Amino acid sequence: MGTHNQHTHNFTQQYEFSGKAKTWSLIAIVIGIVAIAYGFLLDPAENHVERTFANLLLMSYYFTCVCAAGAFFLALQYVSQAGWSAGLLRIPQAFAKVLPIAAVILIIICLSGLLTHNLYHHWNGEGLTVKGSPEYDPAIANKAAFLNVPFFTIRQVVFLGIYSIFAIALARFSNNEDLEGGLKNYKKSFKISAIFLVIFGFTTPIWAFDTIMSLEAHWFSTMFGWYNFAAMWVSGLCVITVTAILLKKAGYMNWLNDSHFHDLGKLVFAFSIFWTYVWFAQFLLIWYANMPEETVYFYKRWEPEYKLWFWVNIVINFVAPVLILMTRDAKRRTNTLLGVCILLLMGHWLDYYLMIMPGTVEEHPGFGVIEIGTALGFAGLFSFLMLGQLSRKPLVPKNHPFLEESLHHSI
Amino acid sequence: MSNVKYILGHFEDPDDMMHGIDKLQENNIGIYDVYTPMPIHGIEDKLGYKRSRLPIAAFCFGLTGTITAISMIYYMLVYDWPMNIGGKPSLAMPDFVPITFELTVLFGAYGMMFTFFYANHFFPGRAPRVMDFRATDDRFVIAIDAKSNPYPDKIEDLLKEAGAVEVKHNERKYVSYE
Repeated sequence: MGTHNQHTHNFTQQYEFSGKAKTWSLIAIVIGIVAIAYGFLLDPAENHVERTFANLLLMSYYFTCVCAAGAFFLALQYVSQAGWSAGLLRIPQAFAKVLPIAAVILIIICLSGLLTHNLYHHWNGEGLTVKGSPEYDPAIANKAAFLNVPFFTIRQVVFLGIYSIFAIALARFSNNEDLEGGLKNYKKSFKISAIFLVIFGFTTPIWAFDTIMSLEAHWFSTMFGWYNFAAMWVSGLCVITVTAILLKKAGYMNWLNDSHFHDLGKLVFAFSIFWTYVWFAQFLLIWYANMPEETVYFYKRWEPEYKLWFWVNIVINFVAPVLILMTRDAKRRTNTLLGVCILLLMGHWLDYYLMIMPGTVEEHPGFGVIEIGTALGFAGLFSFLMLGQLSRKPLVPKNHPFLEESLHHSI
Repeated sequence: MSNVKYILGHFEDPDDMMHGIDKLQENNIGIYDVYTPMPIHGIEDKLGYKRSRLPIAAFCFGLTGTITAISMIYYMLVYDWPMNIGGKPSLAMPDFVPITFELTVLFGAYGMMFTFFYANHFFPGRAPRVMDFRATDDRFVIAIDAKSNPYPDKIEDLLKEAGAVEVKHNERKYVSYE
C-alpha cells in the first residue's frame, strides 16, 4: 500500500525535562517531605506517628502499583501483539523503569512500620502468638506460619524484585530494538512478557494480601487480591492516559490521534466497571453470608468516620466514569478524558484510604496536612523520576514491528 | 444501455479503489455503495456514512432488561411470595444486582443481535444476496446507480483511469448465492 507510508513525524524526538514540570515536581516533593516531617514530629494528635505511617504506606503502595501497572501494560501489549499502542509504549516503559525505586521505598516503609509497630500491629505484637501469654490470640497464632516478619520480608523482596527485573528487562529489550532493529528483541519481549504475566497474576493477590489485607489480620477475603489488582490496573491506566494527554498538549508525540485516546478511554471505562464488579463481588458475598468474622470489615467502614467516604468511593470510581465516559465522543475529547482520569486517580486514593485507615488508625482517621502533603509528595516523586526516565530515550520505539500500524490507528 | 441498473468498478488494490472514490466524488458522481473483502480504515468517513444507530437500540434493549429484571424479582420476592432469607428485608437490593445485571446484558446482547439481523436481512431460509460475488473474495467493488447518474461512458472512463481492472454493467441489482 504505497501511498500510506508517508508521515511527517520526528522519530528522534525526545522529551525535555525542564521548566514548569521539573519545578512543580520538586515543589511537590518538598511539600511531601515537610508534611511527613510535620506528621512525625509536630502534629499534636495522639496517633500522629501511626497516621503518618499509614499515609506513607498508602502512597508508596499506590506509587508501586502505578509503576507495576506500567510493566503489566507493556507485557500485555507484547503478549497480545497489539499494534495500536506501539507509538505510546515509551510512557509505560518509563513507569516500569521507576518500579525498582518505588519497590525499595515500599519495602523500607513496610519494614520500618513493622519494626516500630506502627503498621501490621494486628499480627505483629508482643506475645500474640505465644501460648499462655495474656495477649495470646489463637486466630493470629494459627496464621503465624505465614504472617511473620522474616517470611513477610522475604515475600515482599522476592515479589517486588521479580517484578522489577522483568520491568527493566522489557525496557532494555525495547532500547536494544532501537539500536539493532529486527525482530529478535520483539520476540524476546514476547517470551518474557508471557512468563511475567503468569508470575504477576499469581503473585499480586498474595502481595496485596501481605501489604494491605494483613493490616486487619483477623479478617480475610479471597476477592481482595483481585480487588487490589483492579484498583492497580485502573489507576495505572489513568496515569498512562494523563501522561499521554499532557505530553501531547505540550507538543510532543504528535503521532497520537483521537483513536489512541479513545482506546485508552475504553480501557479506563471498562476497568472502572471491572473494579466495581470485584468490589461488589466481595461485598455481596460478605453481606449475604452475614458471618461476624467477615462482616467486621464493612462494619468498620460503615461507622460514622468512614460512612460518607464509603459512598463517595463508589460514586467517584463507578458512577462518574460510567456516566461521563459512556459516549464515544467523550472518550475522544481529551479534556473530558483528562478530567475523568484525574478524578479516578483521586478516587483510587480514597479507595486505598478506605482499605488502609480502618486497620491502622481505626476510629481516629484524619484528612489534613499529612494526607494531602504525602499524596502530593509521592505524586511529585513519581513525576520527577518518571519524566526523568522518559527524557532519556526517544519518545517512539522506532524499530517496533507494529509501529506503522500504530501511526495509522483508526477506529 | 437503458436496462443497466448498476455499474460496478472492480479493483484489485484498495488504494486504487480509494483513488477511484476520490475521482468519482470530484466529478459529482454519486456512489451507491462500496464492497470490500476486508475492512478499510477511513472509508466510512470518505463515503459520508452516518454513525450506526445500533448503540441506541442496545441502550433501549438494555433498559428493557433492567426493568424486566427488577419488576420480575419485585413481583416474586416482595409482592407475591415474600420470604425470610437470613433475616434480611424482602426488598434487599444487593441481592437483585446480579440478576438485574445479567438480564440487562442478555436483553442488550440478544436485542442487538436481532436488530442487526433484521437490518441486514439475515434470517433462516433466506439466501444471501450480494451485488458481486468477487467482492467477498479478492475484488474491491464500487457500485454506482446507473439510473440516477447519466453518462455511463464517463463513469467507465473514470473508473478505468483510477485503475479498475474490470467494469461491469449489471441489469439486476443482486446476484444470489442460491
